[in-house]
Amino acid sequence: MRDLRRLLGFVQPYRRMAIAALVLLTAMVVLDLAIPRMIQHIIDEGIGHRDRGVVVRTALVMLGISAVSTAIAIANNITSVRVGEGVARDLREALFLKIQQYSFGNLDRQKTGPLLVRLTSDVGAVKSLTQISLRIGTRAPLLMLGSVALMFATSRHLALFILPLLLVTTALIAFFVLRMEPLFRLVQQKLDVVNNVLQENIAGARLVKALVRAQHEGERFERANEDMTMRSIRVMQLMSTMTPALTMCINVGVVIVIGFGGQQSIDGELSVGQIVAFTNYLFTTMTPLIMMTMLSNTWASGLASLRRMDEILESVPDVVDAPDARELPAAATAEVAFDDVSFTYGGEGRDKVLCEITLAAAPGKTVAILGSTGAGKSTLVSLIPRFYDVTSGALRAFGSDVRELTQDSLVRQVGFVPQESVLFSGTVRDNIRYGRPDASEEDVVAAARAAQAHDFITKMAQGYDSRIEQRGANLSGGQKQRIAIARALLVDPKLLILDDSTSAVDVETETRIQQALAEKKEGRTTFVVAQRISTVLDADVIVVLEKGRIVAQGTHPELMVASPIYREIYDSQLGKGLADG
Amino acid sequence: MSAQVSGGATRGAMRPGHGAPTAIARAKDPRGTLTRLASYFSDFRARLWLVAGTIVVYTLLGLVGPYLMGVALDRYIVARDAAGLGRIAVIMLAAFLTSNVMQGFSSWLMASVSQRALKRLRRELFGHLQTLPMDFFERNPSGELMSRLTNDIDAVNQAVAQNITSLFASVLSMAGILVAMFVLDRWLAIASLLVVPLMFWFTRFVAVFTRKGFKELQKHLGKLNGVMEEAIGGQKIVTVFRRNDAVLATFRAENEAVYRAGIYANTYALLLMPLTTVLGNLFVIVLAALGGWLALSGLVSVGVIATFINYGQNFVSPLRQLSNLYNTLQAALAGAERVFEILDTPSETDDAAKAKALPAVRGDVKLDHVTFGYRPGTTVLDDVSLEAKPGQMVALVGPTGAGKTTIINLLTRFYEIGSGQIAIDGVDIRDLRKDDLRRKLGLVLQDTYLFGATVMENIRYGRLDATDAEVVQAAERAEADHFIRQLPSGYETVLSERAGNLSQGQRQLLAIARTLLADPSILVLDEATSSVDTRTEARIQKALLRLMKGRTSFVIAHRLSTIRDADQVLVIDGGRIVERGKHEELLAQRGFYFQLYTSQFKGHAI
Repeated sequence: MRDLRRLLGFVQPYRRMAIAALVLLTAMVVLDLAIPRMIQHIIDEGIGHRDRGVVVRTALVMLGISAVSTAIAIANNITSVRVGEGVARDLREALFLKIQQYSFGNLDRQKTGPLLVRLTSDVGAVKSLTQISLRIGTRAPLLMLGSVALMFATSRHLALFILPLLLVTTALIAFFVLRMEPLFRLVQQKLDVVNNVLQENIAGARLVKALVRAQHEGERFERANEDMTMRSIRVMQLMSTMTPALTMCINVGVVIVIGFGGQQSIDGELSVGQIVAFTNYLFTTMTPLIMMTMLSNTWASGLASLRRMDEILESVPDVVDAPDARELPAAATAEVAFDDVSFTYGGEGRDKVLCEITLAAAPGKTVAILGSTGAGKSTLVSLIPRFYDVTSGALRAFGSDVRELTQDSLVRQVGFVPQESVLFSGTVRDNIRYGRPDASEEDVVAAARAAQAHDFITKMAQGYDSRIEQRGANLSGGQKQRIAIARALLVDPKLLILDDSTSAVDVETETRIQQALAEKKEGRTTFVVAQRISTVLDADVIVVLEKGRIVAQGTHPELMVASPIYREIYDSQLGKGLADG
Repeated sequence: MSAQVSGGATRGAMRPGHGAPTAIARAKDPRGTLTRLASYFSDFRARLWLVAGTIVVYTLLGLVGPYLMGVALDRYIVARDAAGLGRIAVIMLAAFLTSNVMQGFSSWLMASVSQRALKRLRRELFGHLQTLPMDFFERNPSGELMSRLTNDIDAVNQAVAQNITSLFASVLSMAGILVAMFVLDRWLAIASLLVVPLMFWFTRFVAVFTRKGFKELQKHLGKLNGVMEEAIGGQKIVTVFRRNDAVLATFRAENEAVYRAGIYANTYALLLMPLTTVLGNLFVIVLAALGGWLALSGLVSVGVIATFINYGQNFVSPLRQLSNLYNTLQAALAGAERVFEILDTPSETDDAAKAKALPAVRGDVKLDHVTFGYRPGTTVLDDVSLEAKPGQMVALVGPTGAGKTTIINLLTRFYEIGSGQIAIDGVDIRDLRKDDLRRKLGLVLQDTYLFGATVMENIRYGRLDATDAEVVQAAERAEADHFIRQLPSGYETVLSERAGNLSQGQRQLLAIARTLLADPSILVLDEATSSVDTRTEARIQKALLRLMKGRTSFVIAHRLSTIRDADQVLVIDGGRIVERGKHEELLAQRGFYFQLYTSQFKGHAI
């Protein structure tokens, strides 16, 4: 019910057009129902009373009705399409706006794929629901009711004979719809199994080949394939009985009309024209029933889509500006302090990702965060621009608690290079300029040089004008990372965060990037996340994280002396191998 | 409106028929594709004949009913013959019922035939995919390949499952009705036929605009989807660089374009339904008017008019279906053609004449002047020669892209070398059956592929007949037992897709266990570049040493400890082996290796 109200909310701006569509639809029904009446008139009055004038006049009236009906149909078509497309457009925009407001926490919980499905297929399903409702929604039931009413008007007696048949037909349709739904779902499940085996064999082709498991996989596929085929056959066979069963209903109706109606006609209670009209009404009652089975499917999937959208439309961004949030003054210095910060994804009760972190970075200093995958390094740096809110404790940046600042003004001061370098379609230049679209050519080149990207960019066919393919497919991982670094440098942030952003760059290039960064520093505070120890050796403070806790903190020489864990990492990566020790 | 990936196997008939068609990709060679598709039905020839026969009978019987109705009106109702009316009603009922039952029977039969044929197509496709060279999988990203295959097969399914028989039945029924009409009354038949060109003209008219509209819509949808995918996939970056407004503006512009294109395309596409309904009415009107006129001249009877009207309804509805059918068939042929394209991609084959089985292997591996490039004209490995004695460990080091992984690809014959020779125990590997060769090789790669199955099954994948105890033993030796037992259901824990619930290090431990179980003679290892936590790291090292013991091993090394333990270190740069020797010897040379080594240390002496 709530889904329906939601839908009506989206139809609201187009209500006039929607109402017009429904009114037109109703008018069409009246005209549809008039035709059998007219034929009856031709047969009984025209042919029966040998009156050519009646035949001609009625035919002309019928033609007129048909013309009007066409015009109405076209008008209904135009209005319903407009409403449907309008609703689709507005839904897409509402969803997109919502997703735009999402903070990192929301985005972690919802993957891109499903979100896109909401925006495409689900919007499509709702559009179909809207359009079909406006095109046949009232028509099918009205046509049916009208036909039945006219049947009764034509001959009560005969109509009473037909009524049980209508009920049987309705029951039959209900039976098929209800029975088929779970069977279809089962086929879908079996299909998923088939697709899963296929998927695993495509993605894991190397492994299957290396272990020579083609035969084993073939058998696995055969089982899934056979299983699905059996299920499909069963549901198809059930379905194959549906059309004949429904046709049979109409046919039986025709025989009843001819047999019993004929009898009545012989008894003089019914005219031949009425019998012919009756058979026509049979078609006009039965077709809407079949139309409605289609309608029920569209409705079911449309409502399911609406429900899925609801999850997005009802969701709230994890991080929102406080009502009294302040703008961060442009002159603030880039100092960061974590004060007993703990963090849990998805609120209390879950495992803590960060636990009692206390850490300070003075302006102009470089803080390196070292630790293994899953230690909480990325989370730690993501808290600084308030991509997530701390669960407990406080995080101060630029002299204020980050929760007291508007996020926009905070983010403006931060350059962030994420773990995964996401590039957008466009030229290399567009991508570097992403954070500052009005940057001059010199600034772009300078940023690229500092990120050690200039050389490979100029070697590309069109230099800075080279197009980046979807998700940077034409660049290596290291090249993408370097463009991402240039992008962040171009905004000239006071606070630079490099989240393991040189992992795919070789050590020598990484060293050059670090040198370039050091030269242009001028009071810029830097956070560097790394797995590779060579990345962090020169930092002012090295923080070693393990399972969300700081286990060591200090400079490289200090830690070599004081921290066994740090030494262990150092040894395993650079020093004497573990095998020796 | 974008091609809906429902994957629904047999959903077709339950889909709303009013949904607008999407733009259709066309097959390049429809005739050839159709013939080839038909060959998948060759096993069911007898049943197909039976289906065809049944269709002919039920279609003709279906025509008898309306005819009898006319007869009943004229001869018995107008003539007031109650007994005759009863008789003819019974005959009518019998004709109708038989026709409907046979109709059900034919589609019931066809359901299993078509699904069996589709099953065969899927099986062949899968079987063939398995024989394709690695190169194919590297050129086609798995996600793309997967969605293409499922869509294409679904398109074929849609057409095969419903439409082929109904196409046949429709055409047959139309032909039958035409004949019957001409037999009953020439003039009425001619008048009825006047509607047909109108119908075709309307359909064509609508189709032209629809096609144009959908092409445009598809273009805009493509753009909009691109914008949305980038914006949502890169939402974090959008936030980081505060580009929300710009992104929103782009989205709005494209959304508006889709709205406009959608209105245009769908207004025309959805016109077909009301127009055909109107034409159906017109048909009835013409018959009633002309029939009435002729009846007054005594040329036709009321019964004939009624029969004609009934025929008319049966004549118009197949006509209405035809355009839908056409679209589905087009999509199916295009889908089938792409499937056949994959079936026609050459498999990796063994040279049957030379291929011989490989007996027990000592593990002497020799590369002799091997040169190779992935594409003609490129060189990735240039004149590489090396020899690993049985049981030796060879470490391959060098910058990314130097050609280390390529050596692995060549040893396993995922790719065939350009020139030179690779020999195992003195036998050229090109003279071996690929399967035999690969059975002797164990592969532990950086990115461990795991199946969406239990831990037990994943390890057992190394040797399918291993007992549970053997699996556990392998896990113990691979130092994996410890963490497996901490998983929610231990060995029975089902790993999620791509094993997102395990760390990279843990996944590698599973790969080691799997390889231990397979017990290969020669080992190929690609060490993980990024570090895992120190404890897991230590476990991996220990497990690897166990695994390498007594086997010839090739290791793409990232750990100093591994390099130090190696019997030979081969330094590869630009596709050539530039230096070789033991770790200390290489350091003493103060060459490329020395540079590589010191750059990692950046002056910080141990």
